[in-house]
Amino acid sequence: MSHHELDARQLLCPLPVIRTQERVAMLQPGDTLTVRCTDRGALHDIPAWCRVHGHMVTATRREEAEITITVKVLGA
Amino acid sequence: MLAAKVMLEQGIHVEGINFYTGFCVEGHTHAIRREHRDKPKRNNALWVAEQLGIKLHIVDVIEEYKDVVINPKHGYGSYLNPCLDCKGFMVRKAREWMEQHGFDFIITGEVVGQRPMSQRRDTMPVVARESGAFDRLLRPLSARLLPPTLPEREGWVDREKLLNFSGRNRKPQMALAAAYGMHDYAQPAGGCCFLVNPHYTHKLADLWQTRGEKRYDFDDIMLLKVGRHLRPRRHFKLIVARDEGENQFLHGYRRQFTHLYATSHVGPLVLAVGTLADEDMVLAARLTARFGKGREAAQVRIAITTQAGETCELDVEPLGADEIPSDWYL
Repeated sequence: MSHHELDARQLLCPLPVIRTQERVAMLQPGDTLTVRCTDRGALHDIPAWCRVHGHMVTATRREEAEITITVKVLGA
Repeated sequence: MLAAKVMLEQGIHVEGINFYTGFCVEGHTHAIRREHRDKPKRNNALWVAEQLGIKLHIVDVIEEYKDVVINPKHGYGSYLNPCLDCKGFMVRKAREWMEQHGFDFIITGEVVGQRPMSQRRDTMPVVARESGAFDRLLRPLSARLLPPTLPEREGWVDREKLLNFSGRNRKPQMALAAAYGMHDYAQPAGGCCFLVNPHYTHKLADLWQTRGEKRYDFDDIMLLKVGRHLRPRRHFKLIVARDEGENQFLHGYRRQFTHLYATSHVGPLVLAVGTLADEDMVLAARLTARFGKGREAAQVRIAITTQAGETCELDVEPLGADEIPSDWYL
């Protein structure tokens, strides 16, 4: 199990989801990925993408313009 | 959504594919503009997938899609919408995805006669042929009006349970949605692509014309969605933020362009796209002043920062509304 980070700042919907999807495809079940975004739509879209693909959002944080979402990759 | 539901009702395993071209309306405009902040920020394709309980794969086709927009074999619709080429391209990409992931056939929500370019009885076979999907392309909502496809002939799908919708009237689809208990769904097609927006495509045509060639990069098409665009001279245009959301968005691009803003009054960030001579700087500054709170003031101080990062300030008289020819607005 390892932790990874993805910088999706300045990207607009749906690119943060696409970049998350691409990175998760390279990870193993149990790995975690923290995505940093500035598009508020990511707060809805990345959790929605995780739900339909069977992954888990373990944390979301919003500080001023920046949003951080941590995803745990499950064996979907 | 309906086509997928019809398949799911037959026990077929369905996964969704959504192609991102860069011209999709939802998302960007809602994310950028303050006036849209009360609108749901959901991605409709993801929302539909979640309602249906299926996976959705969002595929970035920005680069490949350029050729569809720039060189459409079947031409454009009313604006710069290459609908038939677009449909063929997307079904081809879906066919490639299907082959790579071990799926058997493709479904789309197309309905015979629903759209004037890509969903006519004579053009729907063109999409099947040019995409390479041929008879592995099934349109569940109109299937009984079309020749049986491979999944129907093989018995993977029961043709009798497919539909015979046709024409522009969407009442049958709405009735079917209601029968499935679906009461919330994305508005019917037509408003989801900037290439059918006359204002947007006017700006895209201007970009190509002034650039001297039909070419764009991703930032070009993003910036066409944002701000008020004015072209006072052939060799430069200004992009003026209309609200705080657009100000923030354009702020991210400020190092790539000469940019202007008022320091003596509240006002928008303005990007200058092109090369500005000294006399252009004054005009750009006066226009910048025009769109800020100092528009009625005798003088407004404008900071101008070049791409090289050099900043100077000019005190200018804001341009009057009647001094801006209407054809400067793109």
